[in-house]
Parts: sequence; C-alpha cells; structure tokens
Amino acid sequence: MEKLVNTIERLGGVNLLPVALAVVAFVLIGNPSSWVTLTVAGLAMGMMIFLMASGLSLVFGLMNVLNFGHSAFVSFGAFVAASVLAGLSGWLSGDSIMLGALALFLAVSAALLFGLIAGWFFETVIIRPVYEDHLRQILITMGALIVSEQIILAVWGGTPTAVPRPDFLEGALIIGDISIEIYRIFAFALGLVVYIALYAVLNRTRIGLLIRAGVESREMVEALGFRIDRLFIGVFMLGSALAAVGGAMWAGYETLISPALGGEIMIIVFIVVIIGGLGSIEGTLLGAIMVGLVGNYVGFLAPKLALASNMLLMMAILMWRPSGLRPAVK
Amino acid sequence: MTAIANASTARQRTKGETAIRLVVLTIAALLLFAPFLFQDVRSLEVAAKLCIFIVLVASYDLLIGYTGIVSFAHTMFFGFGAYGVAIFLKQWGAGWDAIFVGSLAGIAVSLAVAVVIGLLSLRVKAIFFAMITLAAASVVLVLASQLSDFTGGEDGMTFRTPSLFKTATKLLVDEDNKVVRLFGVKLNGKLAAYYFVFLSCLTLFVLMLRLVGSPLGTVLKSIRENEARAEAIGYRVVAYRTFVFCAAAVAASLAGSIYAVWLKYTGPDTTLSFSIMIDILLMVVIGGMGTMWGAVIGAVLLVMAQYYLRDLMGVAAETTANLPLIPDILNPDRWLFWLGIIFILLVYFFPAGIAGSIMKRGAPRATSE
Repeated sequence: MEKLVNTIERLGGVNLLPVALAVVAFVLIGNPSSWVTLTVAGLAMGMMIFLMASGLSLVFGLMNVLNFGHSAFVSFGAFVAASVLAGLSGWLSGDSIMLGALALFLAVSAALLFGLIAGWFFETVIIRPVYEDHLRQILITMGALIVSEQIILAVWGGTPTAVPRPDFLEGALIIGDISIEIYRIFAFALGLVVYIALYAVLNRTRIGLLIRAGVESREMVEALGFRIDRLFIGVFMLGSALAAVGGAMWAGYETLISPALGGEIMIIVFIVVIIGGLGSIEGTLLGAIMVGLVGNYVGFLAPKLALASNMLLMMAILMWRPSGLRPAVK
Repeated sequence: MTAIANASTARQRTKGETAIRLVVLTIAALLLFAPFLFQDVRSLEVAAKLCIFIVLVASYDLLIGYTGIVSFAHTMFFGFGAYGVAIFLKQWGAGWDAIFVGSLAGIAVSLAVAVVIGLLSLRVKAIFFAMITLAAASVVLVLASQLSDFTGGEDGMTFRTPSLFKTATKLLVDEDNKVVRLFGVKLNGKLAAYYFVFLSCLTLFVLMLRLVGSPLGTVLKSIRENEARAEAIGYRVVAYRTFVFCAAAVAASLAGSIYAVWLKYTGPDTTLSFSIMIDILLMVVIGGMGTMWGAVIGAVLLVMAQYYLRDLMGVAAETTANLPLIPDILNPDRWLFWLGIIFILLVYFFPAGIAGSIMKRGAPRATSE
C-alpha cells in the first residue's frame, strides 16, 4: 500500500487526478470517439476557465485581496471582443485567413487592453482603500460588480449579443469517426501558451521571484526594500487582462452572450480557485481542467446532474484537502 | 466596528439611539395600522413585503453584522421555507396542516444544510465561506428550476391557502350578510392574511432582538471583534458560528414560508434569485450592520425605493425628455446602477450604515473611538 502511494507521489501526485478522471470516464462512456470529443471539449473549456481564474488566484495569494468583481472583467472582455468582431465582420467572412486572424487578434488585444486599464482603475479606486479588511472588500467588490453589470446592460442592452467567429475557426476536424471543433483546439492552444508564459515569468524571472516571495511572506519582501504595492498593481492589471481575454475566448466559444454571463462564470471561477488552492498558478490550472472535464463527462453521462457536478466536486475535494489541491505555501 | 459595539453596550442611550428607536417604533405602528391607513391593494402588498423583508434582513444581520460571517446563501434558506410550504400546500390541498408541516420541512432542510455547510466551512477564512455559500446557493437555484416535476421549474407554482385568507372570506357579517367595514376597510380574508404576516414577522423579529440582547449575543459580538481572543477566553468559536448560522437559516426559512402563504405563489424569482440576495445585502449595509434597528430602516428604505422610486424616476425621465443626457440618467432601468454606487460610497464613508452613523451621534467621545 505504502509502495503504491509512493509510486503515485513520484509520478505526480495530485497532478494525476485529471488523468485518473479521464480513465474512469473512458470506462463509463465506453465509446472511444465520443470520449475523445468530450475530453478535448473539457480540456478546451478548462483552459478558458484557467485564463479567467488565474488572475483571481494570484491577486489573492499576493495581497490577500479577494475580488468578487473579478467576473466583471470577464464579461467586459467578452462584450468588448464581440463588439470589435462585429465591427470587423467584413474581414471575418472573406476568404483571407490573414484578415480573419488579424480581426481576431485585434478583438483579443482590445479585450486585453481594456482589462489592463479597467484593472488599474479598479485597483486604485475601488480596492486600495480597503486593504486588510475582508468584510468591506467583499462588500465593495460586490457593489462594483453590481455597477459594472448595470453598465454592460446600459451599453449592450439586455438581449443576447451574437458573436461572429472568423471562418477559419469554424467547423470541425474529422479524424476517423472522431470530430473535434477547431475553435476548441485554438482555445486550448491559447490557454497553454498563456500558462507556459505565466509559468516562465513566475519561475524564471526576477519579477516572478519577487511575486512568489510576496505570496509566501509579504512583510519579508517589503523589509528587504521592495515596493510590493507597485508589484501588486501590476499583478492585478495582468490578472484582469487575462480574465478579459478569457472572456473574449468564451464569447467566441458560446457565440451568443448575455449580460448574465459574468454571474455564471463567477461561480465556476470560484469553484476552480477553491479546488486548486488560492495563490498558485499550477493549482488553478489543475482545478480548471478538473472542472472542465467533469462538466463535460457528467453532461454526457447524466445531464441532469451536470449543473451540480462542479459543486459536488468541490465538496469532495474540500473534505479531502481543506485548503485545495495545490495551495501556495502560506 | 468597535464603535458600534461600544455604542450599543454603553450604559446610557445616546440621542441618536433614542431617535432611531423612535423611527423604528413609528415604522412598526405604521405597519400595524397599514390596512387602515393606506387603503389600496398595492400599499398592502408593500406593507406585507416590508414585514417579511425586515425579518429576512434582520436574520442576515445576525450573520454579517453581529458575527462577521459573510454568507451568500441566505436566499437559499428563504427559498427552502417558501418551497416547503408551497409543495405541501400543492400536494395536500389548502389546509393549516400543510402550512405547518411545510414550514417544519423547510426548517428541517435549512437546518440540515446549514449544519453541513457550517461545520465544513466555518473553520476556514471568511472569504472561503463566502465563496462556498455562493456556490451552494447557485446549485440550489439551478436544482429548483431543473426539478420541474417537484418545484414547478422556472414558472414556480401557485397554490391555494386556507379559506380564512381568501379575499372573499367574510370575517364579520352584519344583519344583511354583508361584510362589516371598520373605518371603511372591509374585514375580509385579505386583512386576516395581512395580520397573519404582520404578527408572525413581529414575533420572529422580537425573538431575534432578544437573542442579540442575551449573553449569547455578546459572545457573538466578541467573535466578530476578535476571534482569537474569544477562543482564548474559552468560547468555542466554530460552535457559536455554526449556531448563529443555523439560527439565521431557521429565521430566513420561516420568513420564506410566510412569504409563500402571503403570495400564494413560489418561484425562483421571488425567493431564490441572486438579485434578492443582493437586495438583502444592500438593505443590511445601507441600514447599518450590527444593529437590528438598522435592518428595519434598510429594508423599509429599499422596499419603498423599489416600489415608488422607480415610478418617480420614470416620471422624472419623461418630464426631462427634451433635455440631453438627463433622461438617460433618470431612466428607471438604471436604478440599480445608482444603488450600486450609493452602496460603494456607503461602505467607504459610512461603514456603520444609516442607523449606525446616527446612533453614534451624541455618544461621548471616549466610547465612540
């Protein structure tokens, strides 16, 4: 028994959970082609959720600030990207892949830029005055969420907005009897690139070193003479921008978005950061992929349970590990 | 925060406290005579909703104001109570036994869920708790709209209440077999229903007032102020927190049952939706956290605003239709936007809310600091 535990630990410990999940699902589903389709869908969804959740997790880890308004960045990102894509719809339908890609790039960049600016504004105006006071943080960010939802309602209206996609991302790849939507591959790839970039910055650069040190012990880093509050604004802006990009990707995935989007996403994002453990990028990725996979598998196996599945997953993991799968050292 | 605790435990009442108490007593008197003072259907709706929301907000204040627990699952318990009564009235037909068993079932479910959530997650930080309750509430909302055979789904369910509460029921008849009028008000079933709501809500509110005034209430406040110290003195913080979470859940569940009996309808939008949770949060913060009186004031202000301010904004927007920008700002659909901004400003500048800020007035400097 002990030997088995050691082997699992050496192979990756909790990181094996998604693999174990996929294996169990393979047995339960029993049909390889639908299993592949579901797994790819789950991974793509997980990567998009990771984009949205990573910022929240880092911000909490570094500054002990929980932003209940985080989902506002997601919805703003989605709507800004949708507007840009709608404005450039001429480029999307043309034959040229270049123009389509450019339009997509512009849409994602617009979301990114918006996220950066909104994040800066949010940090300095809303959150700065209530550091170190959790109750008021929750209340104020909740108030900000209400206000931003109302702004979205006022600007884009309450009816669902259609999101055009570039032609080259439409359709599906068919290998044998397995069909995989191209957009999902794109979403997965983008998420992976962002994860690798984040991982590299956090583990290979001086700034990343400071951020990791700040997560572990903020006072110590300040005592050594670093201005951690400036660093924090940077992390906050980056986190908001990632959330906005995640929102933009989500808009393209859903193709029809409504102002209720933020509220739905918020629950999933919270579940992901709780499962993964607040403050760590690896944990967030793990949590996001678990949630994505479980959502898709359960949706196929027992559609009635699908919406409660994330909650059950969170309960189970919290009972096993009360501070999440891979929490940052605190 | 300390200011509120000190002000309310001070030996002699400040002028502000007396003022707030007078205001609350006036509100209670107005609600008591509401059917006679405001003789139209809509006003009675508003008065009944006020009674129920005062209880709901006060029970939420037990959590957020007195104990410092932020929960987003309060509408969940409200919904359990409402759906309990609704399901039993639907299945067993209109009868007092259905109301009684239904509310008990609602309380039982609320208690069970509250104990599980409480023991599982009240040990962790406030922030985890807030997130977990949010997730739990959203799951219940989804379940309520999915299990449509049982709960009526998105449409909710309408049902009949005991015949005493029917508008056609005559409480007192004169010799011509016509319903007796008292000060021009027909003594019919609607009046009975309103007083059922008023008296049950009053009982619940007084019970909660008694709870926070008891030694137990003092322990709760001490946990809010300094958790480690309360633990060190020898109070089991987790046990107290779980207890108050359960107490608040039961109160919310009963409020839900009363609301269901009054509306003769239960659906996700009237009991479970997230916007009601936000309303409760706004009411508590605007009124003043940590005072039962604040809950009354917040609930009254916000419910009145919901019913009347929107109309007023609509009228204002129409009369200024020719001016630039102003009609857009005054658009009744934008009212939640303004409420959100007021909410943020209040949390910044008057964290004690309206009641808390006024109660501090006239307090000796030493206790207010």
